[in-house]
Order: sequence, then C-alpha cells, then structure tokens
Amino acid sequence: MANNPGNTQMRKSLAILEKELEAYFVSPIAYAVITVFLLLSGFFFYNILSYFNLQCLQYSQYPYMLEQLNVNEMVMRPLFHNMAIIILLITPLLTMRLFAEERRSGTIELLMTSPVTHWQVTLGKFGACFIVYALMVGITLLYTAVLMMHGEPDFGPILSGYLGLLLMGAAFISVGLLASSFTENQIVAAVISFGALLLFYMIGWLSNFVGTTMGEILSYLSIVEHLDDFVKGVIDTKDIVFYVSFVLFGIFVTVRSVESSTWR
Amino acid sequence: MIEVDHVTKRFGNITAVRNVTFHVEKGEILGFLGPNAAGKTTTMRIITAFLPATSGTVRVAGNDVFEKSIAVRERIGYLPENVPLYNHMKVKDYLRFVSRVKGIDDRNRDSRLEHAIELCSIGDVRETIIGKLSKGYKQRVGLAQALIHDPDVLILDEPTNGLDPKQIIEVRELIKNLGGDRTIIVSSHILPEVSMTCGRVVIINEGEVVAEDTPENLTAKLKGSESLFLRIEGSPEGILSTIKAVPGVMSVTTNGEGGYEVDSDVGQDVRRDLAATLVGQGWGLLEMRPIGMSLEEIYLKLTTREESEV
Ligand SMILES: Nc1ncnc2c1ncn2[C@@H]1O[C@H](COP(=O)(O)OP(=O)(O)O)[C@@H](O)[C@H]1O
Ligand SMILES: [Mg+2]
Repeated sequence: MANNPGNTQMRKSLAILEKELEAYFVSPIAYAVITVFLLLSGFFFYNILSYFNLQCLQYSQYPYMLEQLNVNEMVMRPLFHNMAIIILLITPLLTMRLFAEERRSGTIELLMTSPVTHWQVTLGKFGACFIVYALMVGITLLYTAVLMMHGEPDFGPILSGYLGLLLMGAAFISVGLLASSFTENQIVAAVISFGALLLFYMIGWLSNFVGTTMGEILSYLSIVEHLDDFVKGVIDTKDIVFYVSFVLFGIFVTVRSVESSTWR
Repeated sequence: MIEVDHVTKRFGNITAVRNVTFHVEKGEILGFLGPNAAGKTTTMRIITAFLPATSGTVRVAGNDVFEKSIAVRERIGYLPENVPLYNHMKVKDYLRFVSRVKGIDDRNRDSRLEHAIELCSIGDVRETIIGKLSKGYKQRVGLAQALIHDPDVLILDEPTNGLDPKQIIEVRELIKNLGGDRTIIVSSHILPEVSMTCGRVVIINEGEVVAEDTPENLTAKLKGSESLFLRIEGSPEGILSTIKAVPGVMSVTTNGEGGYEVDSDVGQDVRRDLAATLVGQGWGLLEMRPIGMSLEEIYLKLTTREESEV
C-alpha cells in the first residue's frame, strides 16, 4: 500500500466522488435539473432587469432619484432570493439518488463490505453532489456579465452572495443526503427532503408570532434567512458558523443512518 | 481461517440464524447448503461484516469481523446473492472503480485488473456496458469484483443461481480453480452443486446447522427413508395391505384410529401412487402429509430442486 495511509483513505472517497459525478451525467437527471434551474432563474433575471430598466427610464429626468437606483439592491438581491427558492425546490432531485439507488440495486452491499468507512462513502457522495450544484449555480455568473452592460454593479455583494448560495446549497444537500439514506425509493427520498427543507424555510415565519427569545431561535434556524447577510455584502461569522455546522451535523447524522440501515 | 461461533441473528421477532457454529480451515472449500430462507445469505452477510450478529462472534484470520471490520474486509472477497453491479458502467470501468474502493494502489491496479478479467474469462466484454450483459457474464463480472484485490477468503452466495447448465459448469470450474491457497465458502440450495466443488458441506435449515460432513458421507447418511402421515377411513387390514403393495413403500404402521405412518425410499415420491391406489380401491383418504422436518426431507428438498431446474 501507499506510504501515506491518509492519502489512501482520501483516494477511496475520491473514487466514490468520481463514480457519483459520472452517474450524474450518465443519467438525464443532472442535465434536466440544471436546465430547469437556468431557465427559471434566467426568467426571473430578465423580469427583474426589465423592471429596473423601466425605473431608470422613468427617473432619467431626475438625476438625484437615478442615483438612488442601485443595481445590487434592485437586481441582484431579488435575484438571489428567487434563486434560493428555486434551489430549495430542486436540490432534492439532485440528492434523492445518492443512497436510495445503491440500496435499491443492492450495490450498497458492495460498498459496505469493501474496506471503506461510512464516512468515506458519505463524504464522496456529498462532494459529488456539491460539485454539480456549484456548477449549476456557477453558470448564473453569466447574468452578472449581462448586468455590467446595464450599470456598474458592486462586485463585493455579488461575490459574497454567491458564497452564501454555495453554503446554503451545501446545507440543502446535507438534508437531501440524509433523506436518501432512509429509503430505497428515490421519490420518497425527494419528498422527505423537500418537506424538511420547506420546514426549515418556513420556520423563520413563525418567529413573528412567538416570544422574542423563541423568535430569535427560530429565525436563527431558518435555513434561507442567513443568506440575506451574504446578499447584502456582509460576511458574518454567525452565518458561516450556522451553515457549516448545519452541513457537518447533516453529514454526521447521515453516516449514523447509513450504519444503522443494515442493523435492523 | 473463518470461525463462526454461536451466531444468532434476529430481525424483529424473526430469528433468521440461530446459534450457528462452524469453522473453515485455510485453503478449504466449504459448501453452505440449505433450502430457501434457511439463513444462508444472512450468515454470509454477518461473515462479511455487512450485518452485525445479534449475538455470537465471527473471526476471519483471527480478527473479529465487527471490531476489526475494515481489516477483515480487506481480506474478504464477497459475491452477494444479488450481484452488485452498476448497470450504466462498462465492465472495465466498474472493475477499476471497485479496485480503487478496495484500496489497490495505482501501480498494481492494471495488473490486478487484467488478472481478474483473465481468471473470469470476461476479456471479450470489457468494453461492454454491464446492463447489456447476459446473466452468466454478469455473474462472472461479480466474481471478478470479488477477486480483484486477491483476497485470502472468498464468500460466494449462490454463484450459480439462475444460470443455464453450461454456465453452471463454467462457474463451478472457475470456483474449483480459485481454490488452492484461498479459503472459500460457497452457498447453494442444491446438493449436487456443492458436492462437486466442496471438500466439506455444512447444511443449514430454518436458521440452524443440521449436519456437517464430507459430501460423500452426507449423501450416504441422508439417504435414509422418508415418512408420511395418512388418515384413512376404512378397515385397517385392507388398508395396510393396499399400502404395502404400492411400489417404493418400505413399511407402514397404524395407530389404530385411522392414522397411518408410511416409510418410503428417499428420492422416490410415493405420494401420488399412494393416493391413486387408495382412492382407486375405494378407501376414504382424508389426509396426507410429510412428518416433521427430518434430514431426509431436507435432502429431498435439496435434490428435487436440481432435477426441476437442470
Ligand atoms: N433484512 C431482513 N429483514 C427481515 N427478515 C429478513 C431479512 N433478511 C432475511 N430475513 C429473513 O431471514 C430468513 C433467512 O433469510 P436468508 O438468510 O436470506 O435465507 P437464504 O439465503 O438461505 O435463502 C428468511 O425467513 C428471511 O425472510
Ligand atoms: Mg439467500
């Protein structure tokens, strides 16, 4: 074996990751999901931008008002929020296959009797899904290029917004990965993760109706709320800690779930 | 090399395997024989560390499979009953993936790959998508997967199940050739299947080990007789003589209340003749059933399957 055992262990995760990436692009799922995402977000982008241009036209007589129109505020911020919702709706389709299909086809028996740990398998799968997700979101950077033709956007908030989208997506993926480990049915996995994500999204709404302490806790748990700071250009440790610990916890529970799925 | 000691496995309130104990020596090929749902797959899954046992221990080369799970997996090649294949992959890509997961380093990968491909004679399909392969080829790709890291121990769960007779012979030959230094457990629900390849056979039924011996001794031991219980209306003397006259019947006794116990040669099912004769002669046949779960019956189950399938 290699002299560096850590390296050998990394390679096993990498083997799983590559296998998953290949599986994404062999099936039409990844293409379909990415296409739908780009179409929908492109539609929103176009609408928002048209509205912005209209406003610019209306206020063109009033230089002072025109100054108030900010590309970041009026275009990128709503766009990020719309994308977050679309992502919430479609990441379950990217994650549903990850464990459910191995269980359905029996290949889980190969993985679980090979000298790989549950962590290596889970991290490999997470990594592959995250790469597909990052690719999907990354393509929308093209919109920013379009934006430059219409105004002078501030790149700071755009970049931090994308960082937020990546972190938020990682959290969504960890939820979907966990759901996929519960069942051998992909549809069931997708439904569970969709339900769970929606719950984490709506939990913030409740904060208006309950006491202040409880309200703060609930809005802290709200999975999309933390994106807002990033979109405004604020990179707050509290938001990063939230997403990172959310992801780690999701992966940890998934590993436990995969371990115990064979124990019954 | 493999020590299975007092292993019990329960799924909820079903006990799939009950207090199973057997040992396999280095270099031995052990047949693991039993009818469907006997607990073969469950036992093999415990040996390969896929399932934890409810109680009892399994050691492979001295390592507890539960505590030293990764070390054990490095030494075991396992062909599950449902061959674990990724149907969208090409044969060689699949084997390459498995070799990476099993930790074979880059330097040795190609030679290990070629060796496994050659052993299992799948060279001509290496560029084929697995989903398009025939059942026989899929089975051999599954075997190549199990062999690729050159394991000391091979666990093969019904490797010839669902193959046609020609493929069965090929796979049997292959298993025999794999012997030598390797320790192998092959499961089957067909006696002749294991008697041809294995030096020793363990028979499991309803989760328990019921016999363990060489195939020759087992066949002799098992070929005893078979018992039927019948309930018949009519005069006992006439019925007794009628039953005795049926070909294959060795002896018959009555309990005096219309119940009869008939012993017959194994391998020869007398039930049809018995029923036809009794009914033909006007006796009222009320009930007929095999008695208990004797070794003989297990043997019958294990042999009649072969006849109907091959
Ligand atoms: N995961 C499981 N959950 C519940 N019952 C199971 C499970 N796996 C096996 N069994 C039961 O255990 C018994 C033995 O099954 P198995 O080991 O597959 O037998 P064999 O391989 O000899 O046909 C069967 O009655 C089967 O229904
Ligand atoms: Mg079985």
